[in-house]
Amino acid sequence: MTEAMRLDGIRAGRLGPDDLARNFGDLHPGLDAHEATVAADRCYFCHDAPCIAACPTDIDIPLFIRQIQTGQPEAAAKTIFDQNIMGGMCARVCPVETLCQEACVREAAEGKPVEIGRLQRYATDAMMAAGEHPYARAPDTGRRVAVVGAGPAGLACAHRLAMHGHAVTVYDAQPKPGGLNEYGIAAYKTPDGFAQAEVDWLLKIGGIAIENDKAIGKGLSLSALRSDFDAVFLAVGLGGVGALGLDGEDAAGVENAVDFIAALRQHDDLTTLPIGRHVVVIGGGMTAVDAAVQAKLLGAEVVTIAYRRTRDRMPASRWEQDLAASHGVRLAFGLVPHALHARGGKLREVELAYVNPDMTPTGETVRVRADQLFRAIGQKLEAVEGLDLAGGKIAVTGAGRTSLDDVWAGGDCAAGGEDLTVTAVAEGRDAAEDIHGSLSS
Amino acid sequence: MADLTTDFIGIRSPNPFWLASAPPTDKEYNVRRAFDAGWGGVVWKTLGAEGPPVVNVNGPRYGVIHGADRRVLGINNIELITDRPLQTNLDEIARVKRDYPDRAMIASIMVPCEEEAWKAILPRVEDTGSDGIELNFGCPHGMSERGMGSAVGQVPEYIQMVAEWCKHYTHLPVIVKLTPNITDIRKPARAAKAGGADAVSLINTINSITAVDLDDFAPEPTIDGKGSHGGYCGPAVKPIALSMVSEIARDPETRGMPISGIGGVTTWRDAAEFIALGCGNVQVCTAAMTYGFKVVQEMTAGLSRYMDEKGYASIEDFRGRAVPNVTDWQHLNLNYVTKARIDQDACIKCGRCYAACEDTSHQAVAMSADRTFTVVDEECVACNLCVDVCPVEDCITMERLEAGTTDPRTGRIVQAEPADWTTHPNNPGSPNYVPAGQDTMVSEPAE
Ligand SMILES: Cc1cc2nc3c(=O)[nH]c(=O)nc-3n(C[C@H](O)[C@H](O)[C@H](O)COP(=O)(O)OP(=O)(O)OC[C@H]3O[C@@H](n4cnc5c(N)ncnc54)[C@H](O)[C@@H]3O)c2cc1C
Ligand SMILES: Cc1cc2nc3c(=O)[nH]c(=O)nc-3n(C[C@H](O)[C@H](O)[C@H](O)COP(=O)(O)O)c2cc1C
Ligand code: SF4
Repeated sequence: MTEAMRLDGIRAGRLGPDDLARNFGDLHPGLDAHEATVAADRCYFCHDAPCIAACPTDIDIPLFIRQIQTGQPEAAAKTIFDQNIMGGMCARVCPVETLCQEACVREAAEGKPVEIGRLQRYATDAMMAAGEHPYARAPDTGRRVAVVGAGPAGLACAHRLAMHGHAVTVYDAQPKPGGLNEYGIAAYKTPDGFAQAEVDWLLKIGGIAIENDKAIGKGLSLSALRSDFDAVFLAVGLGGVGALGLDGEDAAGVENAVDFIAALRQHDDLTTLPIGRHVVVIGGGMTAVDAAVQAKLLGAEVVTIAYRRTRDRMPASRWEQDLAASHGVRLAFGLVPHALHARGGKLREVELAYVNPDMTPTGETVRVRADQLFRAIGQKLEAVEGLDLAGGKIAVTGAGRTSLDDVWAGGDCAAGGEDLTVTAVAEGRDAAEDIHGSLSS
Repeated sequence: MADLTTDFIGIRSPNPFWLASAPPTDKEYNVRRAFDAGWGGVVWKTLGAEGPPVVNVNGPRYGVIHGADRRVLGINNIELITDRPLQTNLDEIARVKRDYPDRAMIASIMVPCEEEAWKAILPRVEDTGSDGIELNFGCPHGMSERGMGSAVGQVPEYIQMVAEWCKHYTHLPVIVKLTPNITDIRKPARAAKAGGADAVSLINTINSITAVDLDDFAPEPTIDGKGSHGGYCGPAVKPIALSMVSEIARDPETRGMPISGIGGVTTWRDAAEFIALGCGNVQVCTAAMTYGFKVVQEMTAGLSRYMDEKGYASIEDFRGRAVPNVTDWQHLNLNYVTKARIDQDACIKCGRCYAACEDTSHQAVAMSADRTFTVVDEECVACNLCVDVCPVEDCITMERLEAGTTDPRTGRIVQAEPADWTTHPNNPGSPNYVPAGQDTMVSEPAE
C-alpha cells in the first residue's frame, strides 16, 4: 500500500515502476524445457481425445504433446499451427479451464489436467523464436479477397486464403493490426509486444497486404469492396458498447471498460496512466474481470465488480473469478446500477440496487464510493449495410456465409459461437476454406 | 513383528537385502555407509588377480533408459571389475567385516580361468574374514574379451571346473553368479551344482546398447565417438531375472539349490517376488545407485509389514511358494475363461482400452457417443491388454465366467473340470486328437 493509493480522484503514479513492471509481467511465464517435459509426460495420448473435441480449432493435442515428449517442440508447433495459426496467442489467452483442460481425462482422474495451454505456448514459442514459418503460399490464383478487420478472425482467414494462393487485402479501422489481441486482451496475458510479433510472423506467408486506418463507413463501403474483389470476409468484431441508461453518464470517470483497456495496452509508461482510487466495474464477463484486475494492478485501492446475477451465472469462468478475487477485487452479485452521483462534473459515488434472481428490484440500494466506473456490459455490433442480422450479429449459415453470396463473416461480429479468440480463429479459417472452395469451383 | 534375518548357505544377515557387487560396494567408505543405512550384507565389488589393476574408461560408463518424468527404468554400464589394488580392497574388507560382524560380507572374484590364479587369491580372501565368495561369471563387457566374466559363464564346463577349484582351495561357501547372456540358464546352473557350488546368484547384466546418438551415429554411452555394448540392469530387467530364477528353481536337476536373486530389485515387493520364486535373499545395485542407500529402509519396512499382514514369521514361511505355480504353457487350464470388466465409476474415459483393443486386438471394447466404454463379451478373448494399458489401477479387471455359463464368444459352456492342451482335440499328441477335416475340430483357443 503506497501513500499515493490513498489519494482520491483519478490520478497516475499510484505505484512505482518496479511494482508496475511486476504486476504487468507474464501471468503464466513460459515453461522451460524441463518443465515442459514433466508436463508432457502426464498426457495419456487418449483415443479420440476429449480435449481435441473441446478445442474450437480441433488441434490434435495428444499428438503435439507427444511431439514435445519426443524432443521436437517445432514439430509440435506445426501440428498446432495446421489447425490454428494463432496457436501462440490462444496458448496465452484461451480460457483453457472451460475448453481443452476441462475435458482432459486427468481433470477427471486427479483434478489436475495436463497443462495443455502452457505446453502449446512452449511449442509455438519454440518455432516462433526460431523464426521459422512452416507454410508456403500456393501459386497465385489471380483471385482477390478483401478481409475487413485484422483481428484473429480476419488474420486467420487471410492466412488460410494466402496459403491457397489468393491475394488478400486486410482493412482495419485501427492504426495497428491484431484486433483485440492488440487492443483488448489483458496486458499480463500477452506482454512484450507478442500481438504484433505474431502478426509479423503470420504475414511471412506472403500475399497479404494490410491497410490500417481504413474502415467501412469511413471511406470504405461494402458495396465498393464487393465490386473490387472476388469475395469479402467481414471480421469487424463488436465495436459498440451499450450505455447504462442512467442520468449523468457523461460525468468524468464514467468510461467503457474496453476503452480503458485499449488505452492501457497502448500506453508505454504505466506510471503515467491515471486510475481511480475507488473503481466500480459493471458487468460479469471477461472484460469486467480484466478491467477490474488491471485497475487493481495499476494501484486502485478498492475495486468492485457489480454483477446483476448470481455467481454461477457469471460469464467469466470460475478461474477468472478466482483470478480477480486473488488480486483483491471484490465480487458483488445481484446488483444493478441505479444512479450515478457526481460532484463538480466528476463521479463520486455509484448507487447500486439489489435485485432478485428474476431481476426484480428488492427495493434496497447501496451507495459505493467511485472515482471511476467502467461499463463492461457487453459489446455490440456496429451495423454493416445490407446484411441480414440474427440476435444483433451478422446472420451466417455454414462456414460463415452471409445473406450476400460473395460475403462471408466470422468472429465476434457473426452470430453463433462463443466470443473468444480461438473461436474467431476457427471461424476465419473455415470461412477461408469455404471461400477457396467457391472461388475454385 | 516378522523376523527378517536370513541364513543363506550358512551366512547369516539381519535382512535379506544385500548390495550386489558393483560400484556401491567398491570401497570401505561406501560399504560403511551402506551398513549404517541398514543393508544386510554386501558382495564386494569384484576383485581381480594380484598385479596392475584393470583400468576403466575415462569417459561416460553408463547409459540409461528413462520412463515418464525421467524415472530410471534401466541403466547399462561398461565398467570393469574393481580398478583398485587387490591388497587395498582386502584390507578394507577385513576392517569393515571386523566392525560389522553381524552383516554378510561376500567377496566377488574374477581371475583368469587357470587353477593357479584361483589357488593364489582364495587364501588371501579367506584371511579377510569374509563370509563367502561369489564367482563373477557374468560381466558381459571388457573382461569377457579377456576370457573372463561371461566368457566363462557361457561355457558350463568352465563353470564346473572353476567351482571345483574353489571348493578345493577354500572352505568358504561358494556362490556362482550367472550371466543371463545365454540361451538356457539351466545349463550353467547345473554346471555350478555339479562343480559343488553352494548357491547361484543371478542375474548379472544383459548385453545392451541403450541408445544411438543421432548426430554422431555412435552407441551410448559414447567414448570419443565409439561405444561398445554394456550390461543392462535396473527395473527393466526384473522380468528376465524372475523367469531365469524360476527356471532354476523348478528344474529337477537344480531344484532346491540356494539362489540369491538379482536384477531390478527396487522395492520390497520386488524382493518378495524373488523370494516367492525360491530365492534365499536378494541383491540390489541399480536401485541403490539411483536413490542412494536409504532405499533399504523402505525395503525392510515394506517386507516386514507384508509378512506381518500375511502372518509369515520368517522368510522361510513363504520362500518358494510361487515355484509350484510356474508351469509349462501346455498345462494351463483352457477351461479358465475370463472377460474384461470396466468399472464405470473409476473410468476416466481416456479410451486407451478402446484404441488398444480396436486397433491391435479383438474389437471387444465398444465406445458410445458419450465415451462410455464397455466390453463386448462376444469378442473378448481375455488377453488383458486393456487392463495393462488402462492408466487407472483396478479400473479394468478380469472376471471369471462361472462353470455352467456360456462363453458368448465361443458359444460353449464353461466346464468346471480343468482341461489343458495335452488333452485338447486339436493337439496331435493328445489322446483326444481329432484329425483335420472332421467337424468336431475346435477352433479355440488356438491363439
Ligand atoms: C477486454 C477483453 C478481454 C478479452 N479477453 C479474452 C481472453 O482472455 N481470451 C479469449 O479467448 N478472448 C478474450 N476476449 C474476446 C476476444 O478478444 C474476441 O473474441 C476476439 O478478439 C474476436 O476476434 P474478431 O477477429 O472477431 O474481432 P476483434 O478482435 O474485435 O477484431 C475486429 C477488428 O475489426 C476492426 N474493425 C471494426 N470495425 C471496423 C470497420 N468498420 N472497418 C474496418 N475495420 C473494423 C477492429 O479495429 C478490429 O481490429 C476478450 C475480449 C475483450 C473485449
Ligand atoms: C556399474 C555397474 C558395475 C557392475 N560391476 C559388477 C561387478 O564388478 N561384478 C559383478 O558381479 N556384477 C557387477 N555388476 C552387476 C550387478 O552386480 C548386478 O548383477 C546387476 O546390476 C543387476 O542388478 P540390479 O538390477 O539391481 O542393478 C555391475 C553393475 C553395474 C551397474
Ligand atoms: S481383454 Fe483383450 S480382448 Fe478383451 S477387451 Fe481387453 S483388450 Fe479386448
